[in-house]
Amino acid sequence: MSSTLTRAKTPAAASTTPARARSSIARTPRTFYWMVVPAVVIFFGLHTIPVLSGMFFSLTNYAGYGTWDLVGFSNYINLFQDDRVLNSYGFTFGFAIVSTLLVNVIALAIALGLNSKIKFQAAFRGVFFIPYVLAILIIGYVFNYLFANSFPAIFTALGLPGLSGNLLASPDFAWIGIVITTVWQAAAFNVILYLAGLQTISADLYEAAAIDGASGWRRFRSITFPLIGAYFTINMVLSFKSFLQVFDQIVALTAGGPGTSTESIALVIFRGGFQGGEYGYQMANAVVYLFVIIIVSFLQLRILQRREASFS
Amino acid sequence: MTDTLTQTSAPLPDSPDAPTRAPRTRRRLDGGNGGTNWWLTILIAVCSLTVLIPLYFTVVTALKTPDQLGGTGFELPTSIRWENFADAYQLTNFPRALMNTALITVGAVFLTLLTNSLVAYAIARNMHKKFFKGLYFYFLAAIFVPFPIIMLPVVKETALLGLDTPVGLILLYTVYGLSFNIFIFVAYINSIPVELEEAARLDGASTWMVFWRVIFPLLSPMNATVGILTCVWAWNDFLLPLVVLSDPTAQTLPLAQFIFQGQFNTNYPVAFASYLMALAPLLVVYVIAQKWVVSGVTRGSVK
Repeated sequence: MSSTLTRAKTPAAASTTPARARSSIARTPRTFYWMVVPAVVIFFGLHTIPVLSGMFFSLTNYAGYGTWDLVGFSNYINLFQDDRVLNSYGFTFGFAIVSTLLVNVIALAIALGLNSKIKFQAAFRGVFFIPYVLAILIIGYVFNYLFANSFPAIFTALGLPGLSGNLLASPDFAWIGIVITTVWQAAAFNVILYLAGLQTISADLYEAAAIDGASGWRRFRSITFPLIGAYFTINMVLSFKSFLQVFDQIVALTAGGPGTSTESIALVIFRGGFQGGEYGYQMANAVVYLFVIIIVSFLQLRILQRREASFS
Repeated sequence: MTDTLTQTSAPLPDSPDAPTRAPRTRRRLDGGNGGTNWWLTILIAVCSLTVLIPLYFTVVTALKTPDQLGGTGFELPTSIRWENFADAYQLTNFPRALMNTALITVGAVFLTLLTNSLVAYAIARNMHKKFFKGLYFYFLAAIFVPFPIIMLPVVKETALLGLDTPVGLILLYTVYGLSFNIFIFVAYINSIPVELEEAARLDGASTWMVFWRVIFPLLSPMNATVGILTCVWAWNDFLLPLVVLSDPTAQTLPLAQFIFQGQFNTNYPVAFASYLMALAPLLVVYVIAQKWVVSGVTRGSVK
């Protein structure tokens, strides 16, 4: 068994003792292969096969049951003429962009506050992190009631009848309610990540900047922000990607309404695919969606990574 | 927010005899913090209310009778109706949903920790080989695949394979978490010196034994991180149980809320009692293990 050392440490020695080296190369990796092969097979079966079969069915008129025929790219062509689908892309992107910016700005601000000299730091940190462990679906139900009943009552009492309607009942503004709920829940996780980033910055840098007479904003712009650049990149990419998949809170808040004004891409795929007999068609939608997410993620990574800095 | 940083600068050397007495006085005043920023503390406290108020609202609404619901809803209940919880308990079949969710979550966490770390170990230690490097990128690429593209086909597949059950869900969480978990496990394993394993191998340990006896215990910090992330995900997930589970008796907590909402949407206090009961288990765990949870998630991000 100790012969594995020959492999790891002295590859040159292998040529001098070919027999031993060969036996170790044959034996040790086999264990490593056994460690990964079952996982690869199951992963391929439950992840890659669904993706591939979905891509295949996007070229058919399969309804989810019964027989089907190959129809070429007609599903894809129809997608671009389908107002409901186009509307869902518009809504999802608008929602994801606004939510990503708000979540990151708010989370970064809270993290900066938590990272400075305040009292009860640990307690506040504990409070801001609570929403992370709460199911967004259930939070959605609570906010649904708040938007429908409590906020209108408060605005009426404040003498602002213009705001006393149910936000979620307005086709133009319902998305704001979804953004508020999402930001409330998602900021928690980002606060923790930013806090982790801020704690990696040495206090010496701030002291040096203070001696040079740099103002608070200047220090944030020139030290803090560049140094947590990697965290900013990761948070922007991950939150944008997860907001593009928005589903739970929409089910709880508006169910896609009023009308179809807040239907996300995931909701359209879900409804059309499971309830509307549009299996093949919605798979085409999903394939387009996949490529959109890949392109957007890579663009984000390229643009944001250029801004990062590291002092080491 | 940022101008508070000014406060952190060094104490002012205003008089020559100050240093002898000043530190003690300051320590007594602000607990040795070197200048607490009270304005910022107040600001943060006000901000934390945005988190606490909806939670307060959930609790008071769950305690009310339906006729107390008028107004803004933020008023304290005039009389408490504990039966809301009993009603919600029965209507949503709470113990069954709780058991299902707990079973799925515990199963997913255990299977994830045992398998994902093993795969990551094999990949991390053989990254110089094309096969393993290829696998690494294969798994990593899946991070960019959104769930909706898998959703429709995987439902067909799980139904076909008889995996439309809690056991199937455990397997799905383990598989779908693999991409991200491998990413953070591999980064961590790369920081563990190979010499530790070589010492064990010299003592005659096989690769399996090296993993379980040497590597797995060293992974505990990352295991905590992955365990927490998987636990929160599996416990709160809605879409996957919604589409995969076919047997109504296998309902999870979020799923039970969804169905409950559809059937009894007029009795808000009972609905809120039910929300509270669904949120409570993880909230209680979080309050007890708060420090541990926060550091666990933080560690995952530092890698």
